[in-house]
Amino acid sequence: MRRIVLGLAALLFLAGAAARADDLTLTLKDQHFTPAELKVKANTRVMITVVNNDATPEEFESKALKIEKVIPGKSKGIVRVGPLKPGRYPFVGEYHEDTAKGVVIAE
Amino acid sequence: MLGALIIVFREVIEAGLIIGIVMAATRGVIGRGRWVTFGVIAGMLGATIVAFFAGAISQAFAGAGQELFNASVLAIAVIMLMWHNAWMARHGREIAAEMRSVGTAVSEGAKPLTALAIVVGLAVLREGSEVVLFLYGIMASGTSGSALLVGGLLGIAAGAAFTALTYFGLLAIPTRYIFSVTSWLIALLAAGMASQAVQFLNNAGLVVALDRTIWDTSWMLSEGSIFGRMLHALIGYTERPTEMQLIVYIGILLAMYVLMRIARYRPPKHVPAAAE
Repeated sequence: MRRIVLGLAALLFLAGAAARADDLTLTLKDQHFTPAELKVKANTRVMITVVNNDATPEEFESKALKIEKVIPGKSKGIVRVGPLKPGRYPFVGEYHEDTAKGVVIAE
Repeated sequence: MLGALIIVFREVIEAGLIIGIVMAATRGVIGRGRWVTFGVIAGMLGATIVAFFAGAISQAFAGAGQELFNASVLAIAVIMLMWHNAWMARHGREIAAEMRSVGTAVSEGAKPLTALAIVVGLAVLREGSEVVLFLYGIMASGTSGSALLVGGLLGIAAGAAFTALTYFGLLAIPTRYIFSVTSWLIALLAAGMASQAVQFLNNAGLVVALDRTIWDTSWMLSEGSIFGRMLHALIGYTERPTEMQLIVYIGILLAMYVLMRIARYRPPKHVPAAAE
């Protein structure tokens, strides 16, 4: 019984962590962002964690979001954006603009 | 290769514009070449150090270290530009007059050269660290690195050529007007930097008041385009300014104007004819 409870608790904890993780995190791997489309709440300030899993540095840049931030290789950075009006806000990894791109959708 | 050239060139032109303006603004001052060169070299060394510690800077202050660093660098540059303009308002006319009559350089002006050398150094530091990180990334990734590296170096060369173009373009302005033109350029430069600095403070989560976007001109001129970036560096063009950014921009322009008026004022008769 106890084991089941512990197991359930662990599952719940993991589920919670997962929900938070895929909430507002952008992961860069092989010069591609996942997710390529990130939904955020409109008209409020939000924090997005940008994780760079590549070995090389990247500059997370979005004129639309008014962000310019260097994320060193194998590292992560926090960007604060908003309040955003509902709409689409493209971003790129400036050093690999062809592949490293995506869009923040405020709704 | 072309991609790398463009990426590096984009970073370099911002610093290049500033150096070109500074060179034009110090026309006729002895030793300015040395000061500007010193600024560029110190900036490049600083850029390498900043790039090396990029990770540590990023993690500092609860992840807002980079934003605070950029805001500070910009704020110092703004102060130096104001100092220079105030000094120029006081002495510019004499320098211009002397240049016209003697046609040679004058010895005055150790002070604004320190200020402008710092401005040059900071501009190179900020843009340069991104170039260093980009080039480092190319070298670290190995594959097809050399072509990209050549592209990057060509980008730096193109940026330097662009700096020269800015400088000689400004030199075409008649001596009589050059200092008033460069003073205006420097005022706009400072206002643009200040509004950028306040946005970095916003990104750091420090100054969040008046953070609504006033207008969006991205449909007309993208800030990411080469021309958009040039205007961004030159007059602080921002496609979506916040209320705070606009207030700071206008505030700095006004402050600059008042400061220059005060500096220019001299009580009649009491000051000896020769400047100190």
